[in-house]
Amino acid sequence: MADRPIFDEMTGLGDEVRQPYANFHGWFEGEDPRHLRAKQREAEELFRLTGITFNVYGRAEAEERLIPFDIIPRIIAGREWQRLSRGIEQRVRALNAFLYDIYHGQEIIKAGRIPQDMISRNDAFEPQMIGVTPPGRVYTHIVGIDLVRTGPDQFYVLEDNGRTPSGVSYMLENRETMLQMFPELFTRNRVQPVQTYPTDLLNSLSACAPDCAEGKPCVAVMTPGIYNSAYFEHAFLADQMGVELVEGNDMRVMDGRLCMRTTQGYKPIDVIYRRIDDAFLDPLNFNPESALGVPGIMDVYRAGRLTIANAPGTGICDDKAIYSYMPEIVEFYTGERPLLENVPTWRCAEPAALAYVLDNLKELVVKEVHGSGGYGMLIGPTSSKKELSDFRKKLMARPSNYIAQPTLALSTVPIFTKAGLSPRHVDLRPYVLVSPQGINITPGGLTRVALKKGSLVVNSSQGGGTKDTWVLED
Amino acid sequence: MRLKISHTTRYRFEVPVTFGLQQLRLRPRSRRDQQVIRWDMTLEGATHQLSYEDHHGNYVDLIGFDRDCTELSVRCEGEVEIGEAHGVIGRHVGLVPLWLYQRVTPRTKAGPAVKALLKSVEGGTVLGRCHALMPAIAEAVAYETGSSESHWTAEEALTEGRGVCQDHAHVLIACAREAGWPARYVSGYLMMDDRTAQDAMHAWAEVHVPDLGWVGFDPANAMSPDEHYVRVALGLDYGDAAPVNGRRVGGEGESLEVAIEIAQQ
Repeated sequence: MADRPIFDEMTGLGDEVRQPYANFHGWFEGEDPRHLRAKQREAEELFRLTGITFNVYGRAEAEERLIPFDIIPRIIAGREWQRLSRGIEQRVRALNAFLYDIYHGQEIIKAGRIPQDMISRNDAFEPQMIGVTPPGRVYTHIVGIDLVRTGPDQFYVLEDNGRTPSGVSYMLENRETMLQMFPELFTRNRVQPVQTYPTDLLNSLSACAPDCAEGKPCVAVMTPGIYNSAYFEHAFLADQMGVELVEGNDMRVMDGRLCMRTTQGYKPIDVIYRRIDDAFLDPLNFNPESALGVPGIMDVYRAGRLTIANAPGTGICDDKAIYSYMPEIVEFYTGERPLLENVPTWRCAEPAALAYVLDNLKELVVKEVHGSGGYGMLIGPTSSKKELSDFRKKLMARPSNYIAQPTLALSTVPIFTKAGLSPRHVDLRPYVLVSPQGINITPGGLTRVALKKGSLVVNSSQGGGTKDTWVLED
Repeated sequence: MRLKISHTTRYRFEVPVTFGLQQLRLRPRSRRDQQVIRWDMTLEGATHQLSYEDHHGNYVDLIGFDRDCTELSVRCEGEVEIGEAHGVIGRHVGLVPLWLYQRVTPRTKAGPAVKALLKSVEGGTVLGRCHALMPAIAEAVAYETGSSESHWTAEEALTEGRGVCQDHAHVLIACAREAGWPARYVSGYLMMDDRTAQDAMHAWAEVHVPDLGWVGFDPANAMSPDEHYVRVALGLDYGDAAPVNGRRVGGEGESLEVAIEIAQQ
């Protein structure tokens, strides 16, 4: 890996400052590092005060932790963003068309473009969604498309998050913090706003309301509760949208509608933005042991009297084996060449691919098909002999559970360290809202940064941090 | 044959039900050899919430217990005209892909007993083997009213050697899926010729047979359903097709009475 040139988004492959960073760099050079260090500490304090924390699963000693924030923004030129957003929009349209198809006629299978096994043997395929057409035909109301960059014009989609993309609260808080700390930067640079996201989200969800909604649709955010790792975000989004935050116990099915308890009695909900997995949503129709869900919520949904965002059964598009077919999926539904590239992917279920992966384990990244959050993956180049041989056993025991990808030379963006600026690897999760009125992509998104030098793992659960992401007006 | 059906389920609760829902799959639908002439559902102690058609094409009604309900009755009454098709339902229709019916569910997972039973009728066509399986199942799982638990798996019923029609259907489905044939569970009514009052609803299985499509098999009676059978709901197993699936708060001390009468018109 070390022998491959790494593209730095501020300085490219040399020492010249790239155009989008020119203005920022000029400002930075004129600042006193001691002053900036104080600002960095102040930023951390701000985060502590606003209470932005996340829970790390499997770590008793650190139930709530702050995600580290770095004050150096990641800057994207307006024209770069325009190109990216066209690709994102195309991909998101294809994902929704794919979901509609696999829960209806399954034309893509009949056409032989993806194998039947990809769906029939997929645990994320939800039979109860067969024949259900969600209001407005929208399945993924909120999508996060994870992107990585390897050069000035090379972007790849790393994964699609159609189930419940989290982290948007960090995008908003990061900008809020930067505006407070460095207002002068935003007068020197014309940065496209992200603060409209909560309003856009509310409008987008409202536009997906079912026919029975009267007047202004009633939207609510459903959380599994305070022990969920993203509880902060659930509360934050409800607050920002000015809607109720509800748990399963606050709701029941009455008069054929999903209703929430209010001080004036029960009130029907038109759109529920649920941040709870399908399996726990409805003990009557899914996992009967679930104490977090609402019995009958799926019945209301299937009767067309409720919008569930995102729709049940959308998790199938997060599947990493399905991901490997995204170029075919995009072509099949849009009739166009995909504008965004996929990372080349070996499906370990295929014997030839498995043989290659086993022979080249040290060079590859291997992921579980249903994995997320950086759990259960192997990064060959940075793994010990023992880690490699342990993983090899797991891989051979259940090949179809894994896919492998080359380790990409991820771009870097500088972070502010004691020794000054130092490059670190980043990825980007733009947030996409889908409604019958169209597709809305917030300029930028969440930049995650691997704080450890040389590390490629950006997940917050694995020690990653975040940065404000700027898309400039051209 | 025209059948007149009346089916009343009455629950009594010592402790009132403060809140509860029941998902009912009790309304038959019309199809080629089954015309539903009329069908009415009357509720006492509960209010109708909504209806929809599920992915298997079943009519589903969701009802909500009235507040502090101590007695609930669900009364279905109707007339259905049944044609004689010798158990043949025909080609697969609808959006559910046929492969879904090859999916093994926890209730229909084949263990050693299911595999052994399937093996004992080896050879011949799918149709022939299904016909041979019916008496084999009836023999292996002795029919005993109230003998099994509704959560029993096919394997458990075979191991215990007793069960009800639900278990017979699960065993046949488990065998079929083990052999790779799509199979599904059917819940419905069976009119026994010698009586009007029936003990309970009935259950059987359908297997997708090459060239014929779906064909019904009733292992409990070792025959393919004829014009005495009314199909009400379908599913991968009992769980999908259950006549009643409910959740409630309160309602301890439940007693249940079921009265089913089927008569030829």
